[in-house]
This record gives sequence, structure tokens and C-alpha cells, in this order.
Amino acid sequence: MSIEHTDQSTATAGASPQEDESPRPGTAPQSGKPGPGKTESGEAGSGKAESGKTGPGKEGPGRAETKAGSEKGGKGSDRRIGAERLSAFRELSRAMILISVRDKATVFFLVVFPVMFLLLFGTLFKDGATAHAKVAQVGAVQLLDSVHGADRAQLDKVLSITRTRDEAEALRKVRKGDLDALIEQGKGNTLVLRFSGSDQVKSASVKGIFNSLLQQANLAATGKPATYTLKSSRIEDQSLKPIQFLTPGLLGWAIATGAVFSSSLTLVTMRRKRVLRRLRMAPISAGSVVASRIGVTMIIALVQTVLFISVASTPYFGLELTGNWWLIVPLVICATIAFMSIGLLTGSLAKTEEAANGFSQLIVLPMSFLSGSFFSLDDAPGWLKAVSQAMPLRYLVTGSESVLTRGGGILDVLPTMGGMLLFAAVLATISWRFFSWDDA
Amino acid sequence: MTSAIAADGVRKRYGDIQAVDGVSLTVETGEFYGVLGPNGAGKTTTLEILEGVREPDEGSIELFGLSPWPRNSKLLPRIGVQFQASAFFDQLTTRETIRLFASFYRVGVRRAEAMLERVGLTDLAGVHADKLSGGQAQRLSIACALVHDPELVFLDEPTAGLDPQARRNLWDLLRDINAEGRTVVLTTHYLDEAEILCDRVSVMDHGKILKTGAPATLVRELDDKVRVSVESGLVTAPAMCELLAEVGAGSVAVEDDGVSLTVATNTPAPVLSVLAEQGALRGLEVRGATLEDVFLQLTGREYRA
Repeated sequence: MSIEHTDQSTATAGASPQEDESPRPGTAPQSGKPGPGKTESGEAGSGKAESGKTGPGKEGPGRAETKAGSEKGGKGSDRRIGAERLSAFRELSRAMILISVRDKATVFFLVVFPVMFLLLFGTLFKDGATAHAKVAQVGAVQLLDSVHGADRAQLDKVLSITRTRDEAEALRKVRKGDLDALIEQGKGNTLVLRFSGSDQVKSASVKGIFNSLLQQANLAATGKPATYTLKSSRIEDQSLKPIQFLTPGLLGWAIATGAVFSSSLTLVTMRRKRVLRRLRMAPISAGSVVASRIGVTMIIALVQTVLFISVASTPYFGLELTGNWWLIVPLVICATIAFMSIGLLTGSLAKTEEAANGFSQLIVLPMSFLSGSFFSLDDAPGWLKAVSQAMPLRYLVTGSESVLTRGGGILDVLPTMGGMLLFAAVLATISWRFFSWDDA
Repeated sequence: MTSAIAADGVRKRYGDIQAVDGVSLTVETGEFYGVLGPNGAGKTTTLEILEGVREPDEGSIELFGLSPWPRNSKLLPRIGVQFQASAFFDQLTTRETIRLFASFYRVGVRRAEAMLERVGLTDLAGVHADKLSGGQAQRLSIACALVHDPELVFLDEPTAGLDPQARRNLWDLLRDINAEGRTVVLTTHYLDEAEILCDRVSVMDHGKILKTGAPATLVRELDDKVRVSVESGLVTAPAMCELLAEVGAGSVAVEDDGVSLTVATNTPAPVLSVLAEQGALRGLEVRGATLEDVFLQLTGREYRA
């Protein structure tokens, strides 16, 4: 709550009747009304005289006293103003938080919706990039039936094999795309593999798998040890799991959407509802209004971050954080400021919430798709990459990927953060040209 | 002593519309001042310029000798404003709203609570601002305008859309705050309200002030006929004419509509004495001109925006 001013005690002290002799002529009611024509105003006059009688005892002198008190404040007032401004700032921030929290749609779109996306994508891509091919085995196939134990388990990881006797039916399924291939025992020791060419990656891997099975069997049949063996391992074993890049991508998208839309819509609503004008008529600085809004949006962004990392770190998804993951905090703060500047621009241009929504979408949608949040831009044409490089979301995504999952350090994200703040400064400057406190 | 408001030659144009066209006015400290006018007369724009919300195209304004434009933070704590539309955050409760405004003016919680009590909203302290009725929102808006004890209060149509009870309660509140020595400026198109509350009124139309004065003075200057009426059937209209001619009551118009007999005259005294002599005073009603008549005479009767 705000710090109490000296007025409080005097408001009640004024109620004592002996203080009725107010020293301030201008404001004291019993000094009579200087306004001309007062006595002429018939009914109004008598009404006023009555309330005038009751007025002084209740409030009048208290008010006069108050004024004297605040004028006497003198030296001490500077310190008090400082402390009080803090309190106005605090009350404003509190109000901004309450506004966000109490708006159920806001909570849903800022927190629940993005996390739902994370759960959805996280689950969809949980089993990683390995193409799991479905193969029908028609009749007995000696090569496959002889695989047991650990080798069989290994094989089941890459192929799901169903047994059937109906060759025609299996063939039909392959043709339709329900199955990727069918395998049957040919004449003698031949194996017949018939596959669908619709998915080249899968057909290649099915061919590869059976080829290697065959080679192993042939080698085993000779009874000699293998001359050459291949040992393969992936370099970035951290990013083996999709959650490692899904988390930064979706987190960036969630923060961008939240910060752009909330600042844009808040600005328009406050202007349209005249709150902005009312704030302008109060002796508080524009800086404290802006700062409280930025502060609250940052808090929301950090809540999103904590939530995302918590959900992704559950054993089910298994996100593993690298050393300097805490750098996500300054990174998110800088990114929030950058996104808010986009909201400031769209909110300054738009007169209605609908327009603000549209303008924001116009920027956020392409920015999201071009950020690498949802898919890689490696194969995109150059001009698209250039567009993506002009938007802050891409930098948040790569930056947070770097610090969260790729072991990036402060030097990796420092230029990113600087760039984001620069972006915000440029956009804020442009916005200022269109900004207005009031509807015309 | 400087006047609370001194405005001179204020003009404001929006595109093709000259919203305010050379308004000059002075409001003394402690005065209750009303700005009257039909819709679209320029009342609100005038008020907004006085408050310092808008910049005038031309003219000068001083509040307590200080210019309100550009935004003058020395002046802001001394004035309280209430806009036509209530400017609140919908998601905040009544109590949170008044405390927020109190914090802007470095006023404590107790004063905020007292203000809520004063406008009778203590029972609704926990209600969200968007759930308040028109009158309740209006009262909250006024509480927010008064929370910091301003010397000068601007109210833009504070009683618009209120029911008669709420209107009268608000009048009491406004009279009280004026009685405490605060200067009050309000716009309204309720003439009874202006007549009852205001020390002086200005009638505005088409961005200009047509007339300024105490309501009673304006009514008197209109020199309109007083209408005296009694129950029909006590005395006939021709008989009444004769009797009045005998006492030399001047030009009168007598009319009997079967419900009441009405005499319109500039000199009601002889009419009343004649009626008294005839013992025909049952249902007596004397109706003089009101501010409404002044208003209609000045602004005409055609429809406005």
C-alpha cells in the first residue's frame, strides 16, 4: 500500500469544532462566496446556505489544514516525493498484474495455450527423427525368424513387422501407403522385398536395413570374423531429443506472442477507455506508467520461461539443460523489450482493438514462421532468411537454444541482447511519431 | 487574488468543424460554474481545453495563473477531472481503483477509504469496475477526481443517465464539495440541475458562449410571462377577462382547457388578488419562466446531434 501522507490525521482532526476558524480566506467556506450573483440565485442560494452550514464542521477546515501542512512540507518533501513515486509505481504495477491475471483469456493465451503446444509437439516428436518403417512379413521368412534376443529388440526399434499370410492384401496396403514394404521368402535363399517409393527416406532405410541383415547373415554363414566394422556416433548427442530444440523454439514463440499482443492491446484499450488520458491528468510521470507495464510483461515472460523449462525437464520429455542456462533470464528480458516495442508500434498505429490485433498478427505470424520455432530455415531462399534476420524472434530462439541446450556462454548471447535492445530503441522511436494519448 | 480559471479567445477546430469558436470566460475561486448547451455545442471540448487535455488552436487559458497546456505537473495536483466516459481498468475493483488513483497523488489509504465512504461505494468496494451501474461508475469517477483534495474540480455531465435518486444524491455531494470552498465547473444539459447547483452558467451553442449569468438573472432578463392557473370551473374565462380589465391588469391571455384555467401575464399580483376575491384559488399554481425557457430561446428548438 502507499505510504501515508500527513493529510490523514488532519482530515479527522478537522472535525473538532474549535478549529472552525480557518486561517485561509480563499478556501474557507464561511468567508462567503466571491462568485457574482450568488445571492440572486434563488433556490440554489438557499440550498447552498444550508450545506454551507454543515460543511465547515465536517470537512472545510480539515482541508485548509491539509494545505497548510503540505506547504510547510518544504525540505522534507523531496524525500517524500521519491518514496511516494515508488508507491505510485508499485500500485500501478500491482494493477497491471491484476489486470493480466484476472483476464482469463489473457492467462489462457499467455500461459496455457503455449504449454499445450509444448505438450503436443513434445509428445508428437518424442521418439525422434528415426523413420519407423512398417513392414509386412508374408509367410515364414527364415532370415527374420532366426533373429532373437537383443538383436531382435534392436530390429524392432527401427522396423515394426507384422506377420500375414495374405500376400495380395499386404501388397494392396503397400500400394495404399498403409505399409512401407512387404517381405517374403523367394525361391531358394532369395528374399523378396517390395517397397513403396512414396517416402524415399523410408524406402531407403528399409532397403538398407534388410541389406545389412542379409550381409550379416552371409558373413555368419562363412564362419569368419568380419574384416571391417563400422562404428558410428552422432556428434551433437544433446540435440538427439527433439525437446532440446522444441523448448527454445516454442518458448520464443510464446514470449513473442504474449509480449506483442498484450502491449499492443493494453495500449489501445487504455487509450480507447480514456485511462491513458486520465493517467495523463494525474501527476505521475509517463516513465512510471511505461516502466510498470514493461516490468509486468517481463514477469509474465519469465513465468512462461520457468513453466516451459519445468515442463520440458520432466522425465517424460527429458530436457537436459547445459551449463549457462541461467543466461536465458537476461536474454528473455531483452527479447521482451524488443517484442514490446513491436506492440507499441502496432498499438500506436491502431485505433481499435481489432485493428491492433490485425496489425500485430501481421508481424507476429510471419515472424513466428520465419524464426525457426517450428521448422528449420536452412533450405529457405535467401530473401526469406534476410526477412527472418530482421526480426528479433529468430535471435531469441537461437540464443536460448545456445544457452539452454548447446552450452553457449555469455559471449554467445551478448551481441544478441545488444541487437534486441537496439531494435527496441529504433521501433520505439518510430512509434513515438504515431503515438497519441488520446483518440483524436 | 487570481481567478480559478481565466480563458480568453479560445478556439479549436476539428477538420471542418469549429468545435470551440472564441470562448472567453472567468471562474472565480469557490464558484460553482455551469456550462450548458445542446449536444455538439462544444461543451466537452471547451472543458477538455480548460483541463489541459487538449491544446487550443488559439487563445490563452490560465488556471490559478498557470497555463494547463502543455501538461503542467505543478497544476495537476490542484485540479480534479472527471470525464464523460468512466476511465477505469475493468478488471480492478472499486477499492483497487480508488487506491490506485490515491497513489498517483501520494494520498494515503485512509483518505481513499473515506472517499469511497463519502460517495457511498463502501459496500461495493469489492465489485469490479465494469460491473458497476451507470450511477455507481459515475460516483467512483467523481471519487477518483476528488481523492486528492483538489481546489478546482471539472465534471463533464456527471449526472448523465442517472435515475432521479442517484441524481439528487450526486447533487448533494456536489453542493458539499463546493461548500468546502472548492471551485466546481460542470457541463450539463439538465437545466434544473444547473438552476439548482450553479452560481453562474454559460449557455453555449456552436462553439460560442451565448450568454453568461446567474440562473435567476438570466430567467428574469427573459421577461417571460408568468402563468397562473387554477382549477377549471371556479370562474369562467370571459368573466376572468372582464374582472382583470376592471382592475387594469394590463395585457393578459386567459385560457380554459377544461382542466385548468390559465392566465399568462407579466404582472401576476393583480391576477392573484382577483382570483382571491373570487374565492377561486383551488389548485393554484404559479409557474414562472425557467432556465429551460432561456435555453430554448437562446439555442432554438431544432434537433441536435
